[in-house]
Amino acid sequence: MVGRKWWVPWLWLSPALLLSGIFLLYPTIDTIRRSFLPKGSDAFIGFTLDNYRFIVDNPQPLVADTHSALLNNLMWLTVFTTITVALGLVIAVLAARVRYEAVAKSAIFIPMAISFVAASVIWRFMYEFNPGIGTINAVLKEVGGEPTRWLQDTGAPQTPFTHAGPDSLPHPIQINNFALVFVGVWMWTGFAMVVLSAGLKGISTDILEAARVDGANEWQIFRRIIIPNLSPTIAVVATTLVIQALKKFDLVWVMTAGKFKTDVVATLFYKEAFLFNNPEIGAAVAVVLLLWVVPIMVISIRRFQFQEETR
Amino acid sequence: MARPNPTASGETAVRARPVGLQFGATVRRVAGRLPLHLSIIGLVALWSIPTIALLVSSFRDPGLVVTSGWWNAIKDPFSLTLDNYETVLDQNGMARSFLNSLIITIPSTLLTILVAAFAAYAFAWMKFPLRNFLFLVMVGLLVVPLQMTLIPVLKLYVSLNEWFGFLGHDVPLLGGRWFGTNSYAGIWVAHTAYGLPFAVYLLRNFFGGLPRDLFESAYLDGASDFKVFRRIVLPLSMPAIAALAIFQFLWVWNDLLVALIFLGDPDRAPMTLTITNLVSSFGTSYQLLTAAAFISMALPLVVFFALQRYFVQGILAGSVKG
Repeated sequence: MVGRKWWVPWLWLSPALLLSGIFLLYPTIDTIRRSFLPKGSDAFIGFTLDNYRFIVDNPQPLVADTHSALLNNLMWLTVFTTITVALGLVIAVLAARVRYEAVAKSAIFIPMAISFVAASVIWRFMYEFNPGIGTINAVLKEVGGEPTRWLQDTGAPQTPFTHAGPDSLPHPIQINNFALVFVGVWMWTGFAMVVLSAGLKGISTDILEAARVDGANEWQIFRRIIIPNLSPTIAVVATTLVIQALKKFDLVWVMTAGKFKTDVVATLFYKEAFLFNNPEIGAAVAVVLLLWVVPIMVISIRRFQFQEETR
Repeated sequence: MARPNPTASGETAVRARPVGLQFGATVRRVAGRLPLHLSIIGLVALWSIPTIALLVSSFRDPGLVVTSGWWNAIKDPFSLTLDNYETVLDQNGMARSFLNSLIITIPSTLLTILVAAFAAYAFAWMKFPLRNFLFLVMVGLLVVPLQMTLIPVLKLYVSLNEWFGFLGHDVPLLGGRWFGTNSYAGIWVAHTAYGLPFAVYLLRNFFGGLPRDLFESAYLDGASDFKVFRRIVLPLSMPAIAALAIFQFLWVWNDLLVALIFLGDPDRAPMTLTITNLVSSFGTSYQLLTAAAFISMALPLVVFFALQRYFVQGILAGSVKG
């Protein structure tokens, strides 16, 4: 509109700008500042790196194990993201070939709608040690295995082929972490599947038909046509999952409260900032989280700028 | 693929070919697709069993839940009872928590949509300095971990408690403080702010995709921005707004972290917080936990089944929020 007063756009924007300024932008800057303050000093008396040194030196491994939290988050980042993307892709491709696609996809997708808290209850019940009531241990016992304390066991996963004793593998690779990651996978596979399935529908059937006429088998089609065409979509899904993995809090908090070396950065932050009354250390932990997210932030801004140019 | 050899079975086979081959081909096709069906059905079962286990257990006799597996309920399907639901609703405060979840979620969702729609309209159809820069800041804020903001906002809320102290301590009807910690208004505003980057991003992209001609002819006819917004933009954007509403509703309904920090008072706590407290005090009382969890899942599941299409659209339109 031509005759619009200069302040009109600002009036429309003001509630949003005000709220994101007060609740997001200012606190982010303040948290960065706070992470450099000495313990208990609200007023400025000088900068220190003590809070970051706390994370690096890990002086209280029994109450707040910073190393295990960082390593666990790394494991969430890689294992959770990889499995969820892979499973989502496989289910999207398989379900597209059957007539009951919609029903099958709904069933996989349902966990997306429920809270991590409810999911934690569901899976605490599944993982229950007593094979009389814990579904997984009951199945395990049925096939001749030993019941496992899924949420407490810090040992390495045992398979019929390897008999790794406890602690025979480096730290984050422990049964209870995998058990937690699997709950995350259970909840987020539906998301990956839905987005990838929409991408799949976008691949022209002409290309697929042409490949089939030329004698390509299904694996070649998957490998040479579906994967390359879907790679931008896979990237979007993976970015979202990485952010999820980094911020993971509810699930770990309700299922184990970070006990048995299952802490992640978000639970460590909560403990330091709100339970142990160390907001400065908490702030430093949050900054670590932010640093991990910065590359993703850059990527999503770039992607957006690219979209705008091609619009 | 091996082809059938018509000469092998002689003269009669040739005559029987149409029917026999068709039947054989069908059997082979079904058998060939069996692994496909089995793997899909297997995955669907694996994904559904945990939820079914929860649902079945929540209706079983309280004494049985913790002594025998939920699968035993199939043998005796008429022994199901509502006892567990009565107990958690009455004695464990789930009834009040359900109400709290509604009181928290509905205004937070409406407020987010309102604030975001105004901003999205400005970003999409108005020209002003720093427009692109400000929008990029929004896109950047999309991925900022909530943890970055919690300490300063909590400090702010604690001091607001004192400023609003003169209003007295209990809001009529709802309860809780007027603003700050342990106030519904405080958590409405916090959830709105945290939901904004995603909401503005989603709506701005949708508004920006509406045909330009519509706007130009409306402006030429002398329509004001507000009229264009209300008569053209909002009605045409209903799918995007519905998707956003579902998303924000589920996000707030399922949130634990924000409630944990800003609503510590058990009388104001939403269901996620109440269940978390139940888990830490009655970790293995599955008869209570399963019923409580199912009460908290019921509404999201209804929303999900009724509005799955919009939910999927929302996910596809902006898959960055976390």
